[in-house]
Amino acid sequence: MISVNAQKLFRIRGGVHPQENKHATAGCRIVDAPIAQRLYIPLQQHIGAPAEPIVRRGMKVLKGDLLANSQGVVSAPVHAPTSGTIHSIGKYPAPHPSGLPVLTITLEPDGEDKWMALPPENSDPLSLEPEAIAGQVAAAGIVGMGGATFPSAVKLNLRKRYRLHTLVINAAECEPYLTCDDQLMREQPDGIIEGIRLIMRALQVTKAIVAIEANKPEACSSMTKAAAAFDEITVMTVPVRYPMGSEKHLVQALTGKETPARALTADLGIVVHNVATANAVHNAVRYGKPLISRVVTVSGGAVNRPGNIHTLIGTPVADLIGLCGGFSEEPARIIGGGPMMGQPLPETRVPIVKGSGGILALTAQEVARKQAMPCIRCGSCVNACPCGLLPLEMASRARIGDFDAAVDFGLMDCISCGSCSYVCPSHIPLVQYFSHAKGALTEQQRRQHKQEEIRRLVEARTERMEALKKAKREAMEKRKKEIAAKKAAEKAAELEKRSQAGA
Amino acid sequence: MSNPGKHGAEITSAPYTHENSSISRTMLLVMIALLPATVHGIYQFGLPALFVFVLTIAACIFFEAICLVIAGKPVRPYLLDGSAVLSGWLLAMTLPPWSPWWLATVGAFLAIVVGKQVFGGIGQNLFNPAMVARVALLIAFPLEMTSWVQPQPLFSADTPGIVDALAITFGGAVPAAYDGVSGATILGYVKSELGQGVPLYDVLADNYDVFGLATGSVAGSMGETSAILILLGGLFLLYKRIISWHIPLSMMLTLTVLASVFHLASPERYPDAIFHLMSGATMLAAFFIATDLVTSPVTYRGQLVFGAGCGALVFVIRTWTTYPEGVAFAVMLMNAMTPLIDHYMQPRIYGRDRKGEPIQYSDDAEITE
Repeated sequence: MISVNAQKLFRIRGGVHPQENKHATAGCRIVDAPIAQRLYIPLQQHIGAPAEPIVRRGMKVLKGDLLANSQGVVSAPVHAPTSGTIHSIGKYPAPHPSGLPVLTITLEPDGEDKWMALPPENSDPLSLEPEAIAGQVAAAGIVGMGGATFPSAVKLNLRKRYRLHTLVINAAECEPYLTCDDQLMREQPDGIIEGIRLIMRALQVTKAIVAIEANKPEACSSMTKAAAAFDEITVMTVPVRYPMGSEKHLVQALTGKETPARALTADLGIVVHNVATANAVHNAVRYGKPLISRVVTVSGGAVNRPGNIHTLIGTPVADLIGLCGGFSEEPARIIGGGPMMGQPLPETRVPIVKGSGGILALTAQEVARKQAMPCIRCGSCVNACPCGLLPLEMASRARIGDFDAAVDFGLMDCISCGSCSYVCPSHIPLVQYFSHAKGALTEQQRRQHKQEEIRRLVEARTERMEALKKAKREAMEKRKKEIAAKKAAEKAAELEKRSQAGA
Repeated sequence: MSNPGKHGAEITSAPYTHENSSISRTMLLVMIALLPATVHGIYQFGLPALFVFVLTIAACIFFEAICLVIAGKPVRPYLLDGSAVLSGWLLAMTLPPWSPWWLATVGAFLAIVVGKQVFGGIGQNLFNPAMVARVALLIAFPLEMTSWVQPQPLFSADTPGIVDALAITFGGAVPAAYDGVSGATILGYVKSELGQGVPLYDVLADNYDVFGLATGSVAGSMGETSAILILLGGLFLLYKRIISWHIPLSMMLTLTVLASVFHLASPERYPDAIFHLMSGATMLAAFFIATDLVTSPVTYRGQLVFGAGCGALVFVIRTWTTYPEGVAFAVMLMNAMTPLIDHYMQPRIYGRDRKGEPIQYSDDAEITE
């Protein structure tokens, strides 16, 4: 029996205790950022197909207007974060380590910040049908705000394919430095709770658990207070251990059950949503407001005044750093997200997107990267791995290009949490080897798929040609026969004529 | 692009934080843990022990540097990782304290060149370098490797002066004045007496001094003498999480169980568990040698098997072979087993059963609230 007991917690394997560094922004009230001079809104801020623009250059838009429509089942629309004029639609650098430009709508704000015609406030959103809630969440462009950016509405519709019983709200926030979820829970617990109830209704589950790491007692009490009126919502404190926020591990900590390989937590009857996502759902369903802003933690040793900032999607990272007093020293790294799984930002022009939970400017001392030394087989990575893998063996295979052997050691079960690299005394960039191997394997599969497709086409063509040739040959033979028969008939007729003539 | 050189040029993957461990830090902590027993050993056996200690480490650094140059590796970072110093240190702890200079030097060569660098350097060696050297020396120079002396503490009347000490280490022979100080280790003594049919309680009657074994006022190598100081160093390593408890505990437990069973069955032939734990290099091996990161298994379960194997082999070799002490052989035999242990003791992958198939929950109907 897979059940969620509100009292008991279970152990997860491995994990690490990175230095939290949350003190710099913990308790920092959320500050509204001013509207930037230009907003850069990428068409792909989510997993799945990029949105398709429906606006043209020079068009005037109001705050909340739809800018681009979702394409396909797994996709999400994007909306205007403020009122203004569409400056251009073109390529612009995205917050991705490659720094490659992606299709982006540039909006020039008019400074009025005027909302579109909003529907009247829905004072009883919980009376909506599950489909209606999921529909409004989809229309609001809400995606997983913990960083995974999977379109939330798709997850709300999981009840159609799985027998669900529990919603888990992921408020672990296990990444060091980040406090945006913490602060949101302290300041806006009622909105979050309503979002949770809406998600529960959409999923048709009767129980929700808000899982908060024990290092956030204020958030925990604020949420417990807000949830007091609702028996079906339990706030639980989970141990501080990275990667507690990995949804499969969080579910294991709560239920003692592992999600089977290649399956979803929904197989256990559980759906996990991020806490900031719940708040966005509340805003979308009660007020009809699309997802156009979020709270971002700006922190790191190289930032003058770290803080939690509520900012419009599309605001350049440089603006937020400026708002936080700029750099106190030249940062060794600027990261989007947390230090354990975040991605290096190629430059500070890139915009804040729906999945940006943190902007960190880290000093060389914080990054603490040293020259890589040979593996000494100490086994630290094996003990740190929350997935029961052998990172040292996977890396040694990936390093020499033997990707199949790396897969045999469990490469595809790796969640790239970085615990192994974090503890490696030889400073081997293990996660980098794994990312490289996964990328190469995907490419290899793509190529193999393409080759098979080509072979199939070629074979089909050959077959077609053969058939054609055969048909031709047959037709020819038929005609030959006909001609021969005709000739024979003519000859016979002539002979007969002659014989008649002769007679 | 603005300033790609600063933030984007050498893009490496997350994480961008580290627990600040390093190989050199690990090695340094092990050396700190060895320090009390080392200082005590040098005090017990005088200046010759200090000379052997310094000479062994210096020779290890020398051979390491030469190998690094030949292999074309950067010398500085690899020398600074501290692994050569530690190998030399451990070897010095197992040599007779009054060894001649050439024994220490040949030992250093065997440890670094044969035991480590020919395999490809740090992390690549199958066997513990110090044990490779010790075993090779024991087979090649059995006389020198078993020439033990009774403690001649520094500052006491009997301790060799600087001239005598130099003569002992570098002179090629122990001066005649010290003829009387040689003595067997307790393990060697028991083995030879038992071999002549003397019952164990007669053998041990005058010579078994648990206090002496614990504090180190007995004949033996520096690492073999004070069980208590070695134990303290081991606990320090456990506290610092440089080693885990699995190998020391399973090794000592196995040795204890085997020794106790045989002792109870036949006390006149088999010494008890305390004797086995306190004598010889049991403690040194349990905390400092068998726990060598490179040559022991990577999983906790594997380490339990490894430790148990070491403990069993130590007992077997001490009890039924001609060698009075079996620690070096036991550790090396288990080193050879490590790849096999690692192969069979792999952890179970999250979401999969031991065979690697995705977990299946018996019945979907059971998934309820």
